[in-house]
Amino acid sequence: MDKMPAWADAVLVPLISILLAAILSALVILAIGENPVEAFKLMVDGALMRSSGWGYTLYYTTNFIFTGLCVAVAFHAKMFNIGGEGQAMIGGLGVALACLFIPFPHWSIALVVATLAAAAFGAGWAFIPAWLQAKRGSHIVITTIMFNFIAAAVLNYVLVNLLRPVGAMEPATGRFPEATHLPTFQDLFATAENPLFRGSPANVTFFLAVAACVAFWYLIWRTKLGYEIRAFGHSESAARYAGISPVRITVVAMLISGGLAGMMALNTTMGEAERLVLNATEGAGFIGIAVALMGRSHPVGVFLAALLFGFLYQGGAELALWTNIPRELITVIQALVILFTGALDNMVRLPLEKLFLATRRRSS
Amino acid sequence: MDYATLLQVLDSTVRLATPLLLACLAGLFSERAGIVDIGLEGKMLASAFLSAAIAAVTGSVWLGLLAGIAASMIMSGIHGLASITFRGNQLISGVAINFLASGITVLIAQDWFSQGGRTPSLMGDGRFESITLPFAEALRGVPIIGPLYYELISGHSILVYVAFLMVPLTWWILFRTRFGLRLRAVGEAPEAVDTAGVSVVGLRFAAIAICGLLTGLAGAYLATGLQAGFVREMTAGRGYIALAALIFAKWRPWYALYACLLFGLLQAVALRYQNIDLGGFIIPVQFMDALPYILTVVILAGFVGKAIPPRAGGEPYVKER
Repeated sequence: MDKMPAWADAVLVPLISILLAAILSALVILAIGENPVEAFKLMVDGALMRSSGWGYTLYYTTNFIFTGLCVAVAFHAKMFNIGGEGQAMIGGLGVALACLFIPFPHWSIALVVATLAAAAFGAGWAFIPAWLQAKRGSHIVITTIMFNFIAAAVLNYVLVNLLRPVGAMEPATGRFPEATHLPTFQDLFATAENPLFRGSPANVTFFLAVAACVAFWYLIWRTKLGYEIRAFGHSESAARYAGISPVRITVVAMLISGGLAGMMALNTTMGEAERLVLNATEGAGFIGIAVALMGRSHPVGVFLAALLFGFLYQGGAELALWTNIPRELITVIQALVILFTGALDNMVRLPLEKLFLATRRRSS
Repeated sequence: MDYATLLQVLDSTVRLATPLLLACLAGLFSERAGIVDIGLEGKMLASAFLSAAIAAVTGSVWLGLLAGIAASMIMSGIHGLASITFRGNQLISGVAINFLASGITVLIAQDWFSQGGRTPSLMGDGRFESITLPFAEALRGVPIIGPLYYELISGHSILVYVAFLMVPLTWWILFRTRFGLRLRAVGEAPEAVDTAGVSVVGLRFAAIAICGLLTGLAGAYLATGLQAGFVREMTAGRGYIALAALIFAKWRPWYALYACLLFGLLQAVALRYQNIDLGGFIIPVQFMDALPYILTVVILAGFVGKAIPPRAGGEPYVKER
């Protein structure tokens, strides 16, 4: 069968999609009477030209790597996990419980235990939709959407009625003990003469996220389980014929997915806020969808896409600060990226395929 | 609870069920034609914004309504382009539409009105006024029935009555007309419809146009009937509750009415009573908030009757050669 070269599929299609999204976003900025070039300069200045800007960019990137991998692993099993948001919320609950109720001697031990708690809670929240999909055939997209709302209600209840310190008005836990505070990039890299990353929230969780990317690659392309997940995603009937249990793969893939989403909470809850607040996830679970689509469910792609969205998030905050463009511009860009790299994929791909075919015919 | 309080709760149930019902029926048309639509939320939001914005600028709620319908029709058009023309993933397209609406409404609202992403409050002709039905005043004194008629049935805005009339109309269109038969067929077996020489693409676009119209009404009701103006994220998950109601109703119009009334009642109770005390056992308000979603999961799991979606739902139709 005639096909595009693999590099075009992996690089060119996403790039053209992003370009389309960028052009439309520029038109939106023009329409509200601002200069897109100026706006872009401001975003680059705010997000990339200062080390503290990088500190914020990498902080957001960390979130999006986790949620991007969360959606990506489900994509490999041909499932669409929209529940990353809810799984991250419940993961945050696991982090908070570990940090509040276990007296840790050192942050490194706290990080290990909190990671396990976050992953276990996130995976646990993904288990019910996964099991219902595998055993009862209820559509995972709908159940994970429903579980996002149920998670919000659960978190609200727990924070308001159980974990809120006595006398506090805000629905949030008390501050985590000093020993659980994770070192930020400022603690790690700043010196007296060179104060890098001042005041920015990026922390050691970033390295955990990078490690997760490597582990993800190894899992999907170098292990038996990863092979089974991909085989199941390509053809359920073929996988079944090869003796792969659909129930097991569905559940396991969703547990990994939920666990990754839960680990996002380490960054926001333990790394930044140092307490659990009601809206700790801030929609990062949904941005994971855009990141996974753009990154073609590959860890390198996910990392780059997460970096792009980290830049957009920090740059968007700068825009909101200095211009009349509200932060919601980023939501629009996110929507356009999802639209072009996900739903309108064929619109970009089909003309490209034709082009490649035409050039190949001419050369042969 | 006395009779007057009961009536008040039921009255607010009707108001809160109306946007759910309109959105639910919108989803019904779309999904019956095989186009899964998780973008109901975004379409409602787009319509809520543009209807409130145009009503605020022109002072006419009817122009606002038209603009709202246009806004959600455009969103429907994008969904159709992605999922019918380019045969993309309908779920991803729906997600994109939700985010698009969520961002662009605030962006434009801020640009037009500079009020932090809201529209000015609507007054007078900028809102749908409540209609007092004939004899409501006169019959008010009649015990039991009088207050029932006056409080519950009379005194809603026109879109409420439109929403409730849409239920039999939807049933009639879907189950008693040729168009409805074809629409249902295209959601179950598009290849059969194609073989019969009827355009699958045309029918599906017709379905999502109806979907856009109804979500337009739903959004306009939110911003110009239920409340007076647009605020950011004002749909507050109603599109997803409507989706839940649609599954709860097993994709049938009359069941959709009952499901939406049930979920409306849950919202009304959660709004009125914070925590419900059942003789020492307290039901927290968060449980009431989550109940529609929990019920939907239970229904989806098939523990209480099985919800079977249209067979070709979510699948793009590729013509055989």
